[in-house]
Order: sequence, then C-alpha cells, then structure tokens
Amino acid sequence: MADSSANAGLKLESMKVVEGSYALAHAVMCCSPDVVSAYPITPQTHIVEHLSQFVADGLMPSEFITVDSEFSALSALVGSSVAGARCYSATTSQGLALMFEVLYNVSGMRLPVVMTVANRALSAPLSIWNDHQDSMGVRDSGWIQLYAESVQEAVDLTPIAYKIAEDEDILTPAMVCMDGFILTHVYEPVQLLDLETVNEFLPPYTPKIVLDPKNPKTFGAFVDPSMFTEYRYMQCQAQNKALSAIERADREFSEIFGRSYGGLLEVYGGDDAEVMLIAMGSVSGTIKDTIDELRSDGVKVGLTRIRSFRPFPVEAIRKAVADAHVIAVIEKDVTVGNDGALVSEIKAALYNSKVGIPVIGFAVGLGGRDVTVADVKRAVAKALAAKDGRMDHEFEFLSLREELL
Amino acid sequence: MQNLFAPGHRACAGCAMPTAVKLILDAAGPNTIVASPTGCLEVISTPFPESAWEVPWVHSLFENAAAVASGIDVVMKRLGKEDTNILVIGGDGSTFDIGIGCISGMFERGHNVKYICYDNEAYMNTGVQRSSSTPFCTNTTTTPAGKVSFGNPLPKKDMPAIAVAHRVPYVATASVAYPVDLRKKVKRACGIKGPAYIQISAPCITGWNFEAGNTIEIARLAVETCLSPLYEYVNGELDGVKKVRSKKPVEDYLKTQGRYRHLFRKDGGAEVIGKIQAMADANALKFGLLD
Repeated sequence: MADSSANAGLKLESMKVVEGSYALAHAVMCCSPDVVSAYPITPQTHIVEHLSQFVADGLMPSEFITVDSEFSALSALVGSSVAGARCYSATTSQGLALMFEVLYNVSGMRLPVVMTVANRALSAPLSIWNDHQDSMGVRDSGWIQLYAESVQEAVDLTPIAYKIAEDEDILTPAMVCMDGFILTHVYEPVQLLDLETVNEFLPPYTPKIVLDPKNPKTFGAFVDPSMFTEYRYMQCQAQNKALSAIERADREFSEIFGRSYGGLLEVYGGDDAEVMLIAMGSVSGTIKDTIDELRSDGVKVGLTRIRSFRPFPVEAIRKAVADAHVIAVIEKDVTVGNDGALVSEIKAALYNSKVGIPVIGFAVGLGGRDVTVADVKRAVAKALAAKDGRMDHEFEFLSLREELL
Repeated sequence: MQNLFAPGHRACAGCAMPTAVKLILDAAGPNTIVASPTGCLEVISTPFPESAWEVPWVHSLFENAAAVASGIDVVMKRLGKEDTNILVIGGDGSTFDIGIGCISGMFERGHNVKYICYDNEAYMNTGVQRSSSTPFCTNTTTTPAGKVSFGNPLPKKDMPAIAVAHRVPYVATASVAYPVDLRKKVKRACGIKGPAYIQISAPCITGWNFEAGNTIEIARLAVETCLSPLYEYVNGELDGVKKVRSKKPVEDYLKTQGRYRHLFRKDGGAEVIGKIQAMADANALKFGLLD
C-alpha cells in the first residue's frame, strides 16, 4: 500500500546527508519559533546545540533561553506562549519526567507549544539509550503525540505539529517523538525544509488573547468542581478534532512538499495481511524489512504503524486491522504491573468492535537494545501460533536473556 | 491611588497581602504584567470566572513563576515593549523553598523581572506549615511547640542575601506598615533594568494568630524590634536602611501573636526569647539600624 509514498517528494540531488539532530533543528528554524527554551540532556543535546548555533550565526531570529532545568524550560514557555509567542523545546527521558507537572499545565492552559522528544529510557537503572518509556509515561498529559519512523518524518512532522497545535479549534501542545540516537544521531540523506515553503504551509501564530496591559486578562485561574469537568471535556474534544486535523495536515503537507505518510497511521505490506504487526517509531524500518523477507516466503504479514498515539486513532486502527487474523504489537515500553501501553490500548480499541481476533504484545528494544529482523520473525512466529490457538503469553519480553536472570 | 487590585477578593479580613499587592500595583502602574505562583494570593484573587486583577496576570504552578516571568520577559523584549513592568508576586513558600531553583535561574540570566515576595513566614494557604522563612522557635503545624519542642528549631533563611549573591542589582526589604517606603522601593526596582528582589513583611492573621485589627501594628513592631530590618542593596552594596528611632524589646512583638504564646508559658521560654533578642540585636548592628 502506502509503503513508498513518503518518498515521492524526495529528490536525491537536493537531499543532504546530515545528522538527524541537524535536520530536525533546521526544520525547527524553518518554523520560525519566537522562543526556544531548552535544557541539555542526552540524546537531545545536538538538536539544541544546532539551534543555538543558528541563533548565534544570525540565521534564526529566535530568543533562546538557556534555562536551569527542563522544568524551567517548559515553564518559561508558559510565559512566552501566554505572551503570544510561538514556542519550541526539546527534551527526553528524565527531562520529560521533570516536566511532568508543567506538561499538564501547558495542555490545560491550551498553549500550542511544540516539543521534540528524543525518546530514551527512564532511570533506574540509568540508561541514555532509546525506548519509548518516557513519552508513554506522559501519555495522559493532554499533549498530542506524533511518532516518527525516520529523520525525514521527524523533520516533516515539525511544521505539521505546529499547524495542528495552533489550529484555533484545537490549541493543544504537541510532541514530535523521534527515537534517541537511532534517529537523532544517525546520518542519512534528508530533504531539508526551507523557510519560504514552510511559511506557505504554516501560517503565523496570531493568538487572539495574550498578556497585554492594554487589554488585561487573567490566565490560569483556578476552577471549582462545578466547572472542572467541562475543561477536561473540552480538551478531549480538541484531541478528537485533532484526528481529522492530522489527516488534513498530512494532505496539505503532501500538496506542498510532495511527501505523505498516511496521516494517523501507515499500513505497510498489503491489504491481505493475516498477521498484522503494530508498532511506532524507527523500529518500523526493521519490521518493514522483515515483512519484505517474509512476504517473499509467502507469509502474509503487514504493519500498521501508529503515527498519532494521542489522539489515539481508534477508528483508523479498527479499519486497518479489519481483515487480519491476528495482531502482534511490538513496542518499546512496558507499564510495569501490566502489559505494554500500546497493546493495552489496541485491545481496548478493538473490544467493542467487530474485530474479534487474538492480540498479543511484545516489549522490545528497552534501554536501547537493538531490535533485529530475527526478533521480529520470532514475534511473527508467535503471532502465527496464537492465530492457530496456541497463545503462550498475551504479553512478553521478546528475546529475553534468560541467562542473566 | 490607582486601584489595580479590585475589592471583592476572598482574602481574610486583616490579611496584609492584599494591602501589599495594592501598594505594589499602585507604584508599578497599569503598564504591568504579573505572574503569581500558587498560594493564598492566587486562590483569593482568581476563582474562575472572577478575577481581582486589573493588570494582565498569569498563574501556572507553585514553583515556576520566576521561569514563567522569564518567558514573558524575552517576548516583551522581542516586541520592543521593554518598558512593561514584569512582576512576580508570590508568598514565601514558593520563594524561599520550592521555587528557588527557578528564581536562581531568572536572577542569574538577568531577566527584567521584579520578584516580590509577600513574606508571611509559613505555608499559610495549606494551613500554617513551616517554610524556610519561618523564624526561630515559631509554632507552626509542622513544627508545633510541645513538651520537648519550642517550635521551628531553625532560623529564617536569608533570602535577600541569596538575591544579593546573584548580583541582583536591586534587593530590598519592605513592610506593609511602611506604605510610602514600600511604594518607593517598588518604583525604584521598576526603574532599574534587570532583576530585582523585594521581600515584604506581611503578617497573616490565622498563621500568626492575632486579631484582625492589629495587622499593621504587628508589622510595625517587627521593624521596631529590628526583627524585620528594612534595607536596600544596590549593586551588592547596602544603600540605605530604615532607621529605628526607639528600639523595642522583642517581647513586645512576640507577645502580640499566638504563634509565640508557648515562649511565655513554657519553662525555658525566657532563654529562647533571649536568643531571639540576640538575633534582633545582631540585625541592628549588621544593618546599622540605630542612630
């Protein structure tokens, strides 16, 4: 199906081999944020270093606040955003955890901040390497969460995230999640964005109500129990509106840039997939390679790659898996005490639907462990067994090193 | 006097904080943006959909008002509106304790933010728990006086000295009992480019436990006993003090408040009062409060 549509707008002669963080920082520059506020943390550092250099070289006329913590980084953006500025930050892991309180505040105040999350494991044990535990841990914070498979997609999602976040019917902050090191530190050919074309796609941010002594307003008042529910309801409504806005933004982006990723999710491998894998982020590349191999051996495998985890695209998922016989979710997180976050939500999405097929889940790549084609094949084999009624586990740690236990 | 903080807010009768806020805003004027942390001020002034604020005001969280104000500052600079006063007005809990990281960052980066603490010396909004601004041997709900305790065992943190150590160009203490002095200091802070820190002694009727009519008198006694010295530091140098004409013994101040009642009832109380007197004497000497 849409396996190579993202490549349509890529012209090799104009692509550059750059580091993922550079490409991402360049994309941020093209979105013309008024204020960037960030605190260094591996593997996000290169993004903010490049942004700092753009500012130092006069290429990017943004204010860069070198704050004292991630907590302050996002807090400063509360002030800047309420004052009417387009705001950007980037963080990961412990930094995102330190922002926890501010995340809810930003979304509750309906401030359309965009932030790159260079996904990394959470301590303890300390690990600087990639998994999705950090952003999964803040899934309920009211932010839109978009997951990139490639550097190019992370680049393209940056103006898309602003467009959705700043939509006045939505006004909800957005995270662009890109796998730490795997995408932030890789050098690969990328079609860099340019300011002029991004301006064509992304209109300036012109909020109607800002901090202005000529028109004094109160922001961040407290609400008693008679009205609190309605605030949360309105946030949920905004996320629901984001579902169609994400699809729309993908189409509009494609019209201008010639690249499309399928909106809320991407389906790979063909309409006839009996085994439907579900994943997010860069591991999808390995999964696609595995699918290509297995398909040549006659195994009908496909991938539904979730691009928007918040809002969670329930209807699109039901449609994508409607003809499958079994689902295997491959995810880089675990909700300790239950199974993975993604497999839980996939099961929940299907429960009241006509899709009555087995669903199994696998935790992979935790703390940065490589996920190989052999790993994915193992998951597919277990899925095929589950399809035939032999489900050993509903959820398991794939390729667990039993000798260490 | 301009009324930029509307009546009808929900502060206790006799609370010093609304008086402080009115004086601050009167001195700063309408071209002002205020960020406040969570606390009594936020709670009494902004129960949605009401607001007492006649200037733009924002509340985000308990510990981040200085960072929020930093973000406002960079935008005002960007818009060429550097003449807009950016104030933080918050209590001692958010200032001395939970927000000090954000405050340190804001000071160090040199934002054009005037941080004003109304200091009532404990967590009053949550029910009079000890903060690091709580004075020595004060009864609070988390440092209660008891059979083997005289209350808070630690002296008040010297927050203005921390501000001075950040090379904050203007640092001052003020009191609601001296409104002319307070307004003058806010105006002076607003006239200086860069950060400023002003700490205002603001008695709390419930936390300090006194009759509502006595607020200003108690605030004045704090100054007259030299327990709350009023001073200004400009560019790190002591630039002026409010002289105390007739220094009063600390008992005159302590006995007005229920939070010190135990000092007059418990064995050993006199010794504690002696230690508090020594602190007042040290203030008088350090700041040259007496002629």
